[in-house]
Amino acid sequence: MEHQPPHALRSYLIGFVLAVILSAVPFWLVYTHALPPHRTLLVIGIAAVLQVLVHLRFFLHINFTTTPRENVLALVFTCILLFIMVGGSFWIMFDLHTRMLL
Amino acid sequence: MSVAHMSAHEREERETHEQRALGFWLYLMGDAVIFALLFATYAIMIPGTAGGPTGKELFDLDNAAIETALLLVSSMTFGFASLQVRAGNRGAVLLWLAITFVLGAAFVFLEVREFAGMIARGAGPDRSGFLSAFFTLVGTHGVHVTMGLIWIVVLGAQVALKGLTLPVASRLYRLGLFWHFLDIAWVGIFSIVYLPGLL
Repeated sequence: MEHQPPHALRSYLIGFVLAVILSAVPFWLVYTHALPPHRTLLVIGIAAVLQVLVHLRFFLHINFTTTPRENVLALVFTCILLFIMVGGSFWIMFDLHTRMLL
Repeated sequence: MSVAHMSAHEREERETHEQRALGFWLYLMGDAVIFALLFATYAIMIPGTAGGPTGKELFDLDNAAIETALLLVSSMTFGFASLQVRAGNRGAVLLWLAITFVLGAAFVFLEVREFAGMIARGAGPDRSGFLSAFFTLVGTHGVHVTMGLIWIVVLGAQVALKGLTLPVASRLYRLGLFWHFLDIAWVGIFSIVYLPGLL
């Protein structure tokens, strides 16, 4: 993980510009109410996922060539855990919610 | 310093630091699980306002936007510090660390002011399940940033006193992982808490 990427400064600057755009768009939509709420929510979600990927790629320098395999494996394993734990929590809680209140 | 010119001792030391980088990465993944579950708890608790104030009445979009900008810029300035570590430029490392610290401290100040304002209005963590989840999630992130600030001061002192030795550079690398990770957690907070709350 200590390998120096060739365009390190460029990497931070590209990441910064992309992150600014991906933050400014959802904030602007909430400020202006330019889209109906459900569309805005969709844009917020997509921008957030993209921005997380931008941070991982340009700030944490995660990629599939120089990043050690253990680190990528740990990241993928965490994503699977999150899917099970967060998805499972929503499943149980919304099911419970429906059964209790309806 | 190329790998071929390193002594056996240096190579061994470098390996130790790479192992620590992996260990720290595993810690961050564990932290990501904690944050994700706090996000899930928050999302489930959004309707649980118990007749108290909702996010729309409490959150301030300007405040969230400024906090977002501060943390994002601080993530980039920490990146500049990391580049100067590699260049072996001690003064520039200290300068970028200081700028990162000021930005992070401004973020914590805004967050504490927001929390204090909410508690003064009777919207503290004890008001409703929604607010308990809000303070737990955003507060956990704020505590992380505060720890990061302390860590920046400690490592800044080490850079000033010991110079950019291999152990110090390796600690700065792990602090960098931590700091960038906190910005990722904040992306989740403004996208799940503040923006949908104010929609």
